[in-house]
Amino acid sequence: MVKAKDLTDKEYLYGHKACPGCGLGTIGRLTLKILGERTIVTLPASCMSTVTTQYPQMNYTVPSLTMAFAGTGAVLTGMAAGLKAQGITDVNVLGFAGDGGTADIGLQALSGAVERGDNIFYICYDNEAYMNTGVQRSSLTPIGAATTDSPSGTASFGESKPKKNMFEIMIAHRIPYAATASSAYPYDLMNKVEKAKNIQGPKYIHIMCPCPTGWGFASDLTVEIGKLAVETGMWYLAEYENGKVKMSHVPKTLKPVEEYLSRQKRFRHLNPETIKLIQENRDREWALIKEKWLQVC
Amino acid sequence: MDFLNGDEAVAYGAKLCRPHVIPVYPITPQTIVVERIADFVANKLMDCEYIHVESEHSAMCAAMGASLVGARAFTATSSQGLAYMHEMLHYVSGSRFPIVMMNANRTLAAPWNIFGDQRDSLSQRDTGWIQVYVENGQEALDMIIQAYAIAEDDRVYTPVMVNLDGFVNTHTYELVDIPEQHEVDQFLPPLRSKNAIDFNHPRSFCISAATEWNMEFRYQQYEAMENAKQVIVEVDKRFGDKFGRYYHGLVEEYRCEDAEVVLVALGSAIGTSRIVVDKLREQGLKVGLVKLRFYRPFPAEYFKALSKRVKAVGVIDRDLSFGYEGAVASDIKSALNSAGSPPKVINFIAGIAGRDITKENIEGMYHKLFNLSQGKFEKELQFTGLRW
Amino acid sequence: MAKPQIVKFKFPESLKEMPLGPSAEAGILTEPNAGWRVQRPVLDHSKCSRCLMCWVLCPEGVIDKQNEKLEIDMNYCKGCGLCAHECPKDAITMVNEGE
Repeated sequence: MVKAKDLTDKEYLYGHKACPGCGLGTIGRLTLKILGERTIVTLPASCMSTVTTQYPQMNYTVPSLTMAFAGTGAVLTGMAAGLKAQGITDVNVLGFAGDGGTADIGLQALSGAVERGDNIFYICYDNEAYMNTGVQRSSLTPIGAATTDSPSGTASFGESKPKKNMFEIMIAHRIPYAATASSAYPYDLMNKVEKAKNIQGPKYIHIMCPCPTGWGFASDLTVEIGKLAVETGMWYLAEYENGKVKMSHVPKTLKPVEEYLSRQKRFRHLNPETIKLIQENRDREWALIKEKWLQVC
Repeated sequence: MDFLNGDEAVAYGAKLCRPHVIPVYPITPQTIVVERIADFVANKLMDCEYIHVESEHSAMCAAMGASLVGARAFTATSSQGLAYMHEMLHYVSGSRFPIVMMNANRTLAAPWNIFGDQRDSLSQRDTGWIQVYVENGQEALDMIIQAYAIAEDDRVYTPVMVNLDGFVNTHTYELVDIPEQHEVDQFLPPLRSKNAIDFNHPRSFCISAATEWNMEFRYQQYEAMENAKQVIVEVDKRFGDKFGRYYHGLVEEYRCEDAEVVLVALGSAIGTSRIVVDKLREQGLKVGLVKLRFYRPFPAEYFKALSKRVKAVGVIDRDLSFGYEGAVASDIKSALNSAGSPPKVINFIAGIAGRDITKENIEGMYHKLFNLSQGKFEKELQFTGLRW
Repeated sequence: MAKPQIVKFKFPESLKEMPLGPSAEAGILTEPNAGWRVQRPVLDHSKCSRCLMCWVLCPEGVIDKQNEKLEIDMNYCKGCGLCAHECPKDAITMVNEGE
């Protein structure tokens, strides 16, 4: 179990230009503290790369590579292979990709890397849209969210398709380790990174990263919104290891989704009918979760 | 001497260079390279990380990742695959990683066809890769080795593409001499990359360079390509001194000393043309042949000098830049024209999608060039071997 | 040094000084983010229990736990207010800049 007082004082990600309150800063800092100095980070086109590598200001203190949008999984493969071929065994290769670079354009490379069983660490920080280019929807944008290219209007209630389940896609690959986490639950996140770091093979952690700018809430509410996502069942914290899923946190009762939706500008336009639809979707997902993973029928 | 096809020659060439990482995706007609290398790895004849990537784009991404950590990377592809990795070609050359890639020249769909022309690589001309076009299996093997020597030279650090004509080169069996491993080791030492991560001096790679600095990085890339012209010649000489085979650098002339008309071509067409040149010379016709080996960096100075020596130039283009003419012809014409009162040029569009360029075709081309040099009319752009 | 410091960056003055390819030294900071702030955090040490929740959560990493009393690097605090909002002891208050 990770304890804050034992973590290093060194900051491996510092002084970046992310929006105030953005979850990615917390995710980046904490992950690197656990993985340590001998880590090479690869970043596709995303918020994470844009805010950290504007010449000459370089906010990572570990070596990093900014890459083409689609290639994170493949670059990780190449780095792992290059290190192995040279007999270097004590270096972590870590990819920080957003939801677009993981579930959309990056899905092929990720699937390939996981299928090959390369020794890589893949983190998807999920802010549920292409935030870097101005809040356009991705396949991980939840139903009802208004984005700039799936706006609400007289003929639309925003994003009309449900969020793709990357956790289950990774499980289908029989990956050695997969987990979901949130920047609002930092200790849960750190414990998962700590556990994954000692596993050989591909590791995937999908971290919900609330975005004050894109989701529309005040910068000091990042953790509160992140917690509401879990408490309303819109996001769940779980781990997959050795063929079994273990839920890290199951709320006793799921709060009404409205409590989560009403706090964010991207959902403000929703009418009661759509909110009911969203709640029904959530209930359906949780019925499946209970059946599959909690042995509750 | 071994009896190998072009793809196999490339596989042996790659084996001799001891790459650390080979991420590669199969596509006809490069598949034999992939298979032969897999064979070597499966029988411990090659000590490298062989990666079954799931696409060509990922192949280049993985090669870049490997190069970043200081490993020597090799990959191979063709037509659709080359097009698929297009954005990565820019990425790799812009980041200055010394990756070597073999490309089996094959036409690009649509219409779909697996046979050889040079539309795939010629249309990647501006991606910043050094491009060499080989004539036969021996040259293919030799150029893989030379490609690493060129790419990894301190003055260059630019990736190199070695092109073989699909099927004509890749699948034709010829006698090829495979150099001894210890001799290649002496010629090509292990890579000590100057452009790789170092935990003692951590760096961020492929950073965003804003408008204020971007052009300076491009200028650096431009200079490296210009330096490559010199390095290519040096490596060629060093290779010839060691292994006994010289390829004459960026351009090779065949019987051009007193030629009145010359044909320029890339790749396997040169082999056929040599025979035609010999035949026409016996008939007393003053014909010559120019083998354009390196398309980038382009030997503009050579063509500028050539323009003073000949009356007409024919350029065989196994491609066509729709809306204008063959890409090679455009580049050659502009170099010839820079001298003032240049020779006339006919651009022959030939050998598209595997259509044979026959000896008769080539003889016909020379006769047309003579027409042109005698003031008769010839169309500037001609399709060779078209049905109607 | 635990955190990178602001340095006066020396830009290349000729082609020879350019790095090989578009790369740059990691961990270089050339300007503060302080100008982003509208509010700044003020920490009341008498209330602070050193639970380190603020240190863990801060997206910028500006809270320093090396000494007995927690310190905040005002060069890089963006004033997001997350620390104040999450502190279990209400030891941090957000105060308008200029007050």
